[in-house]
Amino acid sequence: MIINDRDIKMWSTIGARATVGIAALELAKQIDNLMVLTCDVSTSAGLDRFRKTFPEKYLDLGIAEQNMIGVAAGLASENFNVITTTFAPFQTMRCCEQIKVNLGYMRQKICMVGIASGLALGTLGYTHCCIEDVGILRSIPGITIISPADSLETVKALEAAVNSENPCYLRLTGSSNNPIVYSKDYEFKIGKSITLREGKDITIFSSGAMVYQSLEAAKILESKKISSKVINMHTIKPIDKLAIEEACETRLIVSIEEHNVIGGLGSAISEHKSTLKKSPKQLFLGIKDTYSKGGNYKFLKEKHRLTPEKIVQDIILNIE
Amino acid sequence: MDINNEESQIKKIENFALQIRKHILEMAVSAGADSAHFGGALSITEIVSTLFAYQMKIDKKNPKWEDRDRFILSKGHACLAYYAALCEVGYISNNELKTFEKNETNLLGHPVMNRNLGIDFSNGSLGMGLSLGIGVAISAKKKKKNFKVYVIVGDGECNEGSIWEGAMAAPNFKLDNLYVIIDKNNFQQTGSNKEIMNVENLKDKWSSFGWHTTELDGHNIPDLCNFFKESSKINKPKAIIANTIKGKGFTFSENNNDWHHSILSKSIYEKALKELEKK
Repeated sequence: MIINDRDIKMWSTIGARATVGIAALELAKQIDNLMVLTCDVSTSAGLDRFRKTFPEKYLDLGIAEQNMIGVAAGLASENFNVITTTFAPFQTMRCCEQIKVNLGYMRQKICMVGIASGLALGTLGYTHCCIEDVGILRSIPGITIISPADSLETVKALEAAVNSENPCYLRLTGSSNNPIVYSKDYEFKIGKSITLREGKDITIFSSGAMVYQSLEAAKILESKKISSKVINMHTIKPIDKLAIEEACETRLIVSIEEHNVIGGLGSAISEHKSTLKKSPKQLFLGIKDTYSKGGNYKFLKEKHRLTPEKIVQDIILNIE
Repeated sequence: MDINNEESQIKKIENFALQIRKHILEMAVSAGADSAHFGGALSITEIVSTLFAYQMKIDKKNPKWEDRDRFILSKGHACLAYYAALCEVGYISNNELKTFEKNETNLLGHPVMNRNLGIDFSNGSLGMGLSLGIGVAISAKKKKKNFKVYVIVGDGECNEGSIWEGAMAAPNFKLDNLYVIIDKNNFQQTGSNKEIMNVENLKDKWSSFGWHTTELDGHNIPDLCNFFKESSKINKPKAIIANTIKGKGFTFSENNNDWHHSILSKSIYEKALKELEKK
């Protein structure tokens, strides 16, 4: 897909979940057998233009996520390249067993897109936030899990997932006015993390909207004479083991995620780290296994200590 | 031409059903203490036989033929009847049938997708097959293919909410190439439907969702054939409420829910075989 600077700015303004609809529209122009399935969320997922442009490639299943995954699997079994999308809790948990049997057990190639994952919908309460999806899906064999850092990476990840042979889950975090991590096109490869900043004291691994927060935190840490390597671990499964091994040369590994600290990126890192002979301490930053009082996205990031300032405080407390 | 006049055709299907029951006995006895889902396989025997020996367009030499009619056993635990039919068609050998539920087998106690054997999907977790069928039926429409999709679901399986999500969707997408056969044997795992979860008035339920629905005797082969023949031009998805007898074919198992999932001993197997030979 050809990407220009103007697109990157526009995608950032509209946020990842509206961007995914635009990206699907572009992909549908190139891929004949592409189908997009939704559950009454076309507007939320930026699919109105897609629906009008490619009505024959679009199916709305109504508010019935279990049926959506089954129908998607039926289509995939007949060689359609299927994207499904709805809000992250309903995309992953309402139909979890359908995902297990169809994408996991049968390996039907479907790309699921969970929109507004993490804390972005905090004012709507934890029915609509999603801090469990990675943990749940990571336990199903064979599903690739990607959490893009910004709107451009959402486009890159969708393209890669649609062209991949494996069933995938794209976890979209952040809101509109999504901070830009990548201001130019770049090479994106599933499973290969990207070092955004070099550093020798600590290594920060993050994914999704937390990548930008990590970069901001690293700037503050530098002013306090702590040199931080920042890695965008966009693919949570399969995890980039080499990057974890290299991180063991620094004094502290920090995982930052807009997800429960149980089961997500931090867990995936520690599962590999704990098999190594020598590795540093790991600091798990994320939601501490709780459903807190709700509020807006900014409020919840503060509350769960996921802002650059709070991240820095926690790192300083833990660095040896 | 009325199917009732096509005696040889009916005989062929009856014989197919007889062979299925023989295979079911053999697989169940070879499973031994691992048990087999016996009753629900016997209740769908005539339905499966009518589909595989008469109704479905298949290529006996090529289970992956692109234009084949698709079959989905949503009530996957009834796989004894499915494997037996695939053996009769020629996709599974008699020797392979003997591996039922053995270590490393292709033929577990619920179907595992294996296109070389004619098994298009894995099933076993109830309530999932209809949605798959809808996806496949939509794909036929998109590709302008004429194949049909046949899904067998259980009456107990109709407890699952996802069945009704599918029931709502198929008429919405005008899937006249989709057939659902509901095996109404009146029992589910631990008791009768009435005791566990009442699923009465299934014909009204499916009709009200927009399906062309009929209710018939699921062991009556001419009635099954006639329905398929007469309904082929109807511009709606079709649902058959097939009234059946769980454990059909053997006096010890008919309407006896102890045979939902049970061990077939050698002595009962031999008695059952004799009962079958009298027919």
